Amino acid sequence: MSVEQQDLKLKASENRGKSQLEAGFDLLGWDEVTQGSVLPSFDGDASNVAHQKAEEREYSDYNSYTATVASWRVQKPVFNIDVCIDCQNCWVWCPDSSILSRDKQMLGIDYDHCKGCEVCVEVCPTNPKSLLMFNEYTDLGDALASWPEKKKKEKK
Amino acid sequence: MAVEFEVNEREVWDGNYAASQALRQADVDVVVAYPITPSTPIVENYGSYVGNGYIDGEFIMVESEHAAMSGCIGASAAGGRVSTATSSQGFALMVEVLYQASGMRLPIVLNVVNRALAAPLNVRGDHADMYLGRDSGWLQASAFNAQEAYDLALCAFRIAENHSVRLPMMVHQDGFITSHTAQNVYPLSNEAAKKFVGVIDPVDDMLDFSRPVTYGAQTEEDWHFEHKAKQHKAIMDSVGVIEDVFAEFKELTGREYKRIETYDMEDADVCVIGLGSTVESARVAAKEMRKEGVKAGVVAIRVFRPFPYEEVREALKGCKSIAVTDRSSPGGAMGAFYNEVAAAMMTSKSRPLVTNYIYGLGGRDLSIENIKTIFKEQQANADAGYITTDIQQFTNLRGPKLGFFKTERN
Repeated sequence: MSVEQQDLKLKASENRGKSQLEAGFDLLGWDEVTQGSVLPSFDGDASNVAHQKAEEREYSDYNSYTATVASWRVQKPVFNIDVCIDCQNCWVWCPDSSILSRDKQMLGIDYDHCKGCEVCVEVCPTNPKSLLMFNEYTDLGDALASWPEKKKKEKK
Repeated sequence: MAVEFEVNEREVWDGNYAASQALRQADVDVVVAYPITPSTPIVENYGSYVGNGYIDGEFIMVESEHAAMSGCIGASAAGGRVSTATSSQGFALMVEVLYQASGMRLPIVLNVVNRALAAPLNVRGDHADMYLGRDSGWLQASAFNAQEAYDLALCAFRIAENHSVRLPMMVHQDGFITSHTAQNVYPLSNEAAKKFVGVIDPVDDMLDFSRPVTYGAQTEEDWHFEHKAKQHKAIMDSVGVIEDVFAEFKELTGREYKRIETYDMEDADVCVIGLGSTVESARVAAKEMRKEGVKAGVVAIRVFRPFPYEEVREALKGCKSIAVTDRSSPGGAMGAFYNEVAAAMMTSKSRPLVTNYIYGLGGRDLSIENIKTIFKEQQANADAGYITTDIQQFTNLRGPKLGFFKTERN
């Protein structure tokens, strides 16, 4: 599969990661901030969110879903769709819900929330791994082009 | 369904039992506790009320006071009516979490049975733990006897849970002197108490799945200041609700509470201002001083936070010399209570003399004679027109006389 095809599938949501957490927008006065700094996660009635996909939910501006919280990542996991067997191991283990998966089909990494902890790479069972760590600024095409070959079993 | 617990019109209860009965009658949903002397019976009794079917609630035992208050925060954020009790070292371990509770605006009611802080280890009453909580953003009320510990605990739920307040509240009583002395207490009937306290109407409750919320947000220099200012404003503005609840309680029981209480103050030249069980001793001493021709009065702080600056100034402005009594080791300063009163009087037109007495640490008795000596020194100040003693003195302390800081005179 080409780089373009894989990359397109990552654009799962329009409002994901749209805002920066840094100061400088919408600074409210003491009389306007929420009581007890309690923040609603969704706009409107959220009774049904458990049955909605992330991109269908009305996340509020306060929710970290709409914010980029990965600015300090220095190494990123890169996903190779050609090797992946959709076992969902990375989705289960990711501590930041940053593995994008739909109908048990692995789609890619949510780079607005992934902190680069490498847990997904560690738990990936394929040979070669379908997730590998690369320098944050490595191009997706370059990363996929440098993917290692399948390791042969060593004879004892 | 809960079994009815019978209460008589008049009961003989100590302060701990009285407070635990208030928790029962208020239908507290969750008590998370790590018991500590002398407050243990409050949570112990609540646990037995749950165990014996007198109340439908949850009694959760945890591994520390830090965990106890953390559990209270969880239960309160979930939307329940929540309370616990602690003292001294337990209170100290809770402190970090006290700020979390108030910052998240959770209306938890904490019964604090005041006890000294170690070292050296001591189980008896002074106000070191209460002072430790004075900047924590909680409302603080002081009960002077068992009846008041009961009454104020009931009022505390109403005040804390009011939607325009939404702040946690401590009800203080003195360790052993109040908590373990059985006295006549006139409780409300179960029905009347239930009606007075009402049912909690939660705000931002985490069990409302139609509106999930985040508690414990991080706010750096661009947000934190605004949130703390809003919280301080809420504490200052709670005065109206406190007064309304006290008025309603008076209507129901005939027992009147004010943010400050005044005794024999109409024409007083000299005054002792204090809180806790000391107030009743001071009232007796003032009466005796009046027989000796000294116009003595007593002012007591009922609500320590928010501090009643205007009421204190109003009550004391006719006085010539005032003794502020601090029952906590001041640690290198005037007593904290002295500082509050001095600040209030500094802005009065009459600017009376204000002196500081450190007393009763670790449960040391403060006798009527001790208080009369304090009154006599105030009278001497009033006659001289300046503070004749050290501004800060230690009362009923063995060894050479200990005092600090003198009035500046030309």
